[in-house]
Amino acid sequence: MSNNNASFVRTEMLGSQEPPTSERGAIKWVRENLFSSALNSILTLLGVAAIYLIISGSLPWFLHGVWNASSMGECRQIVADNYGEGASGACWAMIHERWHQYMFGFYPRELYWRPVTAFALMIVSLAPVLYYNNRRTDTVMTGVVSVLLMLALWGVNTPGSVFAAVFLLFAVIVAVARVAPKYLVWVTILFPAVGFLLLWGGSVWSPVGAMAGFVLIGITYSLTKDRLGVPVGTGVGVIIASIWWLFIQSHVTGPLASAMNLGFEKVDSDQFGGFLLAFVIGVTAISASLPVGILLALGRRSDMPLIKALSVGFIEFIRGVPLITMLFTASLLLQYFLPPQTKFDLILRVIILVTVFSAAYIAEVIRGGLAALPKGQYEAADALGLDYWQAQRLIIMPQALKISIPGIVSSFIGLFKDTTLVALVGLADPLQGITKIVRADINWKGIYWEPYIFVGLIFFVVCFSMSRYSMYLENKLKRDHR
Amino acid sequence: MKKSVFLGAATVAGLLAVAVSAQASTLDDVKARGELICGVNTGLTGFGAPDANGNYQGFDVAICQAVAAAVLGDPAAVKYVPTTGETRFTALASGEVDMLARNSTWTFSRDNDLKLDFVAVNYYDGQGFMVHKDLGVSSAKELDGATICIQTGTTTELNLADFFKANGMSYTPVTVADDSEAQRQYLAGACDAFTTDASGLAATRATLPDAENHIILPEIISKEPLGPVVRHGDNNWGDIVRWTYYALVTAEEKGITQANLDETAATSTDPETRRLLGVDGDLGAMMGLDAEWAKRAIAANGNYGEIFASTIGEATPIGLARGLNALWTQGGLQYAPPFR
Amino acid sequence: MAIAATTPKETFRLSMLIYDTRYRSYTIQFVVLVLFVAFLAWLLNNTIINLAAKDKDINFSFLFQRAGYDLDQQLIPYTNDSTHGRALFVGLLNTLIVAVFGCFFATIIGVVAGVLRLSHNWVVSRLMTVYVETFRNIPLLLWIILAFVILSETAPSPRDFKVTDEMVAAGTEPAAHMILWDTVAITNRGTNIPMPYVDHHIGTLNFLDVPFNLTVAVALLIVLAGGYVNRIINRRAQVIQETTGVRPTTWWQSILVLFGPLVVYLWAMGLHWDLPVLGGFNFAGGINVAHSFTALLIAISLYTGAFIAEAVRGGILAISRGQTEAAFALGVRPGRTMQLVILPQALRVIIPPLISQYLNLTKNTTLGMAISYLDLKGTLGGITLNQTGRELECMLLMMAIYLTLSLIISSMMNVYNTAMKLKER
Repeated sequence: MSNNNASFVRTEMLGSQEPPTSERGAIKWVRENLFSSALNSILTLLGVAAIYLIISGSLPWFLHGVWNASSMGECRQIVADNYGEGASGACWAMIHERWHQYMFGFYPRELYWRPVTAFALMIVSLAPVLYYNNRRTDTVMTGVVSVLLMLALWGVNTPGSVFAAVFLLFAVIVAVARVAPKYLVWVTILFPAVGFLLLWGGSVWSPVGAMAGFVLIGITYSLTKDRLGVPVGTGVGVIIASIWWLFIQSHVTGPLASAMNLGFEKVDSDQFGGFLLAFVIGVTAISASLPVGILLALGRRSDMPLIKALSVGFIEFIRGVPLITMLFTASLLLQYFLPPQTKFDLILRVIILVTVFSAAYIAEVIRGGLAALPKGQYEAADALGLDYWQAQRLIIMPQALKISIPGIVSSFIGLFKDTTLVALVGLADPLQGITKIVRADINWKGIYWEPYIFVGLIFFVVCFSMSRYSMYLENKLKRDHR
Repeated sequence: MKKSVFLGAATVAGLLAVAVSAQASTLDDVKARGELICGVNTGLTGFGAPDANGNYQGFDVAICQAVAAAVLGDPAAVKYVPTTGETRFTALASGEVDMLARNSTWTFSRDNDLKLDFVAVNYYDGQGFMVHKDLGVSSAKELDGATICIQTGTTTELNLADFFKANGMSYTPVTVADDSEAQRQYLAGACDAFTTDASGLAATRATLPDAENHIILPEIISKEPLGPVVRHGDNNWGDIVRWTYYALVTAEEKGITQANLDETAATSTDPETRRLLGVDGDLGAMMGLDAEWAKRAIAANGNYGEIFASTIGEATPIGLARGLNALWTQGGLQYAPPFR
Repeated sequence: MAIAATTPKETFRLSMLIYDTRYRSYTIQFVVLVLFVAFLAWLLNNTIINLAAKDKDINFSFLFQRAGYDLDQQLIPYTNDSTHGRALFVGLLNTLIVAVFGCFFATIIGVVAGVLRLSHNWVVSRLMTVYVETFRNIPLLLWIILAFVILSETAPSPRDFKVTDEMVAAGTEPAAHMILWDTVAITNRGTNIPMPYVDHHIGTLNFLDVPFNLTVAVALLIVLAGGYVNRIINRRAQVIQETTGVRPTTWWQSILVLFGPLVVYLWAMGLHWDLPVLGGFNFAGGINVAHSFTALLIAISLYTGAFIAEAVRGGILAISRGQTEAAFALGVRPGRTMQLVILPQALRVIIPPLISQYLNLTKNTTLGMAISYLDLKGTLGGITLNQTGRELECMLLMMAIYLTLSLIISSMMNVYNTAMKLKER
C-alpha cells in the first residue's frame, strides 16, 4: 500500500460525512418516533392536544393553591385577594392541618412513633423473604430504612429517650445485616408479636403468650412428625396450641403481667384510621392469608376428592362474591354466626373477613406457581424417595413460592387499594372515611378535590413503587430460571 | 351413605343444642367495662363529628356524654363507634354498642320489627326542601316535575315518595350517598331541590358561600322525631338513657345550668329540683345508680338548652332556632315527665 | 374399595389407617369431613341461637311487600308501589347493564391502549403508559367519584340551553348547545339521548310482570337471521376459494343480507326518534341517563381497560419476534401483521386474564354504591335492607346472586376459551 505513488489514488480515507439533517439528532428522533406515518402524526397531535388540555385546565388551580389558612372561607378569601374575584385555587391548607388524620386516623398524637417504627420493622422483616440474604443489598436496604425512619420519627416529634432506643435497635439491625444477614430472619419471625405490641400496645406478655403457642406447635410437630406423619403431627400441635391459647395462656400471662408490668400504653383499634388502617388491614390480611392460601392451593391439587372439592368450593365461592359483601358480612352478619356474647371490634372482624377473602386469591396465585414448576421437579422428588410433605417442604414450595412472589405482591396492591372500601361499613379509611370527617367540620365543609388528590397521590406512589419492584423481581426470577 | 347419615345427625345435634343464654344487663356490662360504647354518625356537622384531635363533639354526642357521666361518673368514659345508615341498627342489636345517639327517626316498624326502643326525642325534625332562589318556586307544591337530590337508605326517600304521590305530582330522584355529596350536587345544579331534615338544610344553607340565594320552602312534609335508641328488652338500661335525657330537659326548665349547678344543689328549695339533684329522696337508686347521677349528667355539658346553644344553636355557624325544640313552657314540644 | 381389591392378601389392621399411606388418605378425609360438618353445624347452631335471642326469624316474605321508594334508573317499569322483590330485579338489571357495557368498552379501550403502548410513536406510547399506570395504581373508588364529580360539575345546567325571546332579539346564543346534531344533551343532571320509537307496535308480552317488547324481539330475530345467512354466504365463498383459488366478491351480498331486511322492517314499522326537548325544569323526551350510571361506566371501563391493556401487551410480547419478522418477510404490512398474525395468536394468552378482568369488573360494579348508583347492592343490599332490617336474608340473597353471576360468566368464558385453544395433535 505505502509504495503506491499513483496520484489518483487516495492515500488516506475520507472522514465519514455527516448524515443528512433529517437523519440525525432531534429531527431524526422526531421523524421516527412522532411523525413516521400519517396515522402516527395524527396520534401525536392528538396526544399533545390532550396533554395541553389537561394541563391548561388544572394548572392555574394548582398554582393558586393556599397552604396556610384555617378554614375553607379563608382559603376562598385569600385566592380572591391574590388572583382576583372568580379565580379558583386549591386549598391545601386543609391537608396542612389534617395530614396526621389522613396518615394515622385518631391514633394518639404523642404515640405516632409506634406505627412509624412498626412500618420500618415491617420493611426490614420482608428482607429475608425478598432479598435472599444478599449481604450488600440487605445492608443498603436496612441502612436506608433506618435513615428514613429517623427522619420520620423526628418529623412526628418523638421523645428523646424513645428516639435513642429506636436508633439503637436499628443500629443493631444494620450491623446484623452487615455481618450475618441470615439472622435477619429473626426480625421476620418476631415481627408479628412486635408489630402487634407497637400498634395496639398493652402488656408485653399477651403477644409473648401467643407466640408461645406457635412454639408449642413447632415442638409437638418435631417430636411427633416421624411417628405420626406431617398432617397428623401438625394437627396434634394445633390442638395443643389451641388448648394453650384458650385455657392456659391467660392464667400464665395474667400473673406474669402483674408480677412484671412491661408494656406500652394501650391503643384501641377504633383509633386506627387513614393509611395506618389501610396498611394494617392489607398487611395483616395478606400475611395471615399466606399459610391458608398455601394449604388451599395444595388442597386444590390434592388427590383426595373430598379435600379437593372443599378447596375448590371455598376458592370459587370467595372469588365469586364482591369484597363489599364480605365487608358487610363482617359488619352485619358475622355476629349471627359466632356464639352469643362473642365480641370482636369491627376492625378485627374486617381483618378476619378480608383475610378469608385474600386467602382465595393467594391460593390461586400459589396454584399458578405450583403449575409453573417443571414436572421433573416432582418426579425428582419422588425418585429421591421423599414423601409428600418432604417433597413439598424441600423441593416444591421453596421454588413455587419464589415464582409466586410477584403475584403475591400484585395481590397485595389490589388488596391495599380495596381497603378504601372499608369506609362503606363506617371505618375511617383515608379516601372516604377521613374525608367525610374532615368535611363534617364546619371549617372545611365544601372542600372537594384536595383530599382526593392528596390521597390518590399517596396511593399512586405506594402502589406504583410496589408494582415496579415486583416487575424487577419478576425479571430477576426469570433470569434465575434460565 | 355414611356421609348423609352423619350430616343429618350433626344437624339434629346442632338444632337440639339451641339454648338461649340469659343476657347480662347492659348497665352491669357498662359498669364492668368502665366505658360506655355509643354509636354515632360517621360525621354530621353539629350533631356528631370528630374534630382535628379526634374528639367527638356535637348535639347527639352530648347525650352519650351525659349518660356516661350519670352511669360512670366520667363524661369522657365514652367509646364512639361510627355507624352508617346501614350498620347502625345491627350494631345496636348485636350488642356492639350500648346505645345509639345518631339522628335516627322513631318509626313504628323500627320500634317493633327491628326490636329497638326509642327512649326519647331529643330533636323534633321534619323533612323540608331547599331550592335556588332564582328557580322562582315558593312552595313545595310547585315542584311538579322537578329533579330532587335525596340521600338513600333513610326515611326521607319514603316521605318524598309519599308526598309527591299524595299531591299527584311527579319527580326525578337523584340519589346521593351522603350529606356532603348532596350539598355538592345541589350546588352544582344537578338537582332543582335538595330535601333532607330541616335541621340539615339549615346547617347546609348556613355554610354556603351565597346563603342569601337559597331558600328553604315552608312545607315540612314529615315528622322526624330523632332520638337515642337502645336495644329492646333491657328496660332498666332504657330507663337510664331516657331519664338522663329528661334530667337535662328538666334542668333547663328549672334553670339549672352547668355554672350554677352546685349552688342550686346547695340552696334550692324547689322540691323537684332537690329530688333531681339528689339532695332529697333516692331517685337514682330506683334505676341502680347513685343519688347524684343527674347532677353529673348536667355537669357534663350543661342542660338541654345549653347543649343546644353550644352545638347547633343560633350562636353557632349552624344557627338553628329552637322552634319545636323549645321547652313546652315556651311553645315547644320538649316536655319532661315529673321527677317524682 | 378398589385399592383394597388390588392389594395382595394382607390383613387389614386398624393401625393401618394412620401408618399406611394407602389408607391414611381415607382417615384424613374422614377427619376433615367431620371437622367441616361440625363447623357448619356450629355456625348453624350459633345462627339459630342468635336469631332466637333477637326474636327474629329467617323470612323472605318482605320481598313481596311494598317497597315505597323510588329508583332513578329503571329498565323495567317500577314505581314506589312495586314490591321489594321487583326493586331487587331492577337493581340486578342495573348491575347487569353496567357490567355488559363496561366489559364491552373496557375491552375496546384495553386492546387499543395495549397495542398503542407498544407503538413506536414516542408520545403515544408514553401517554398510554401514563394512562395504564395511573389507573392501575389508584383505587377504583377514587376514579368513580372523580368521574361523577367531573360530569356533574363541568356539564352545563339545563337552564343554559334555554333560548329566550330576548336572546333571539339580541341575537345572542345560549350558553350551552346540544351535541351530535341536536340529538344528545349533556346536562349536569344526566345525559339525554334520543329514544327509538315506532308507530306500529306488534305488542308486548307480559312475562312475570316484566313487559317484553315484541317489536324489538322481531327486530332482534331479523338481525340474527341476517347474521346466519351471512355466515352461509361466507362459507360458500370459502368453499369456492378453496376449490378454484378465486374468492367471489361477497361484500355487497353481506351488507344487503345484514342490513336490508332490518331497514325495511324498521321503515315498515314507522321508526322515528324521540329527541330530548327542553321543557320546564329539565329536558323531557328521549332517555335520561343518570350521571351515576355514566360515571360508573366511564370509571370502571377505564380502570379495567388499564388492566386489560396490560394483559394485551403481555400477550403480544409473548408472541415470538420471529412471527413478526416472518410476516414482514412475506411482505405483509405492519397493521395487517398485527391483525392477521400477532393478535390471533396473542388472543390465546390474553383470554384467561381477560376472563378474570370481566369477573372483577362485574364484582366492582358494587362500588357504584359510593355515588349511589342503585344496582343490586343499592336496592337489595342498601335501601331494602335498611327499610326492612332483614340483613341476614338480604346479604345471603345478594351473595347467592353475585355468585351465580360470576359462575355464569366464568363458565361462558371457559367454553369460549376451550373453543379458541390451539388444537394440538
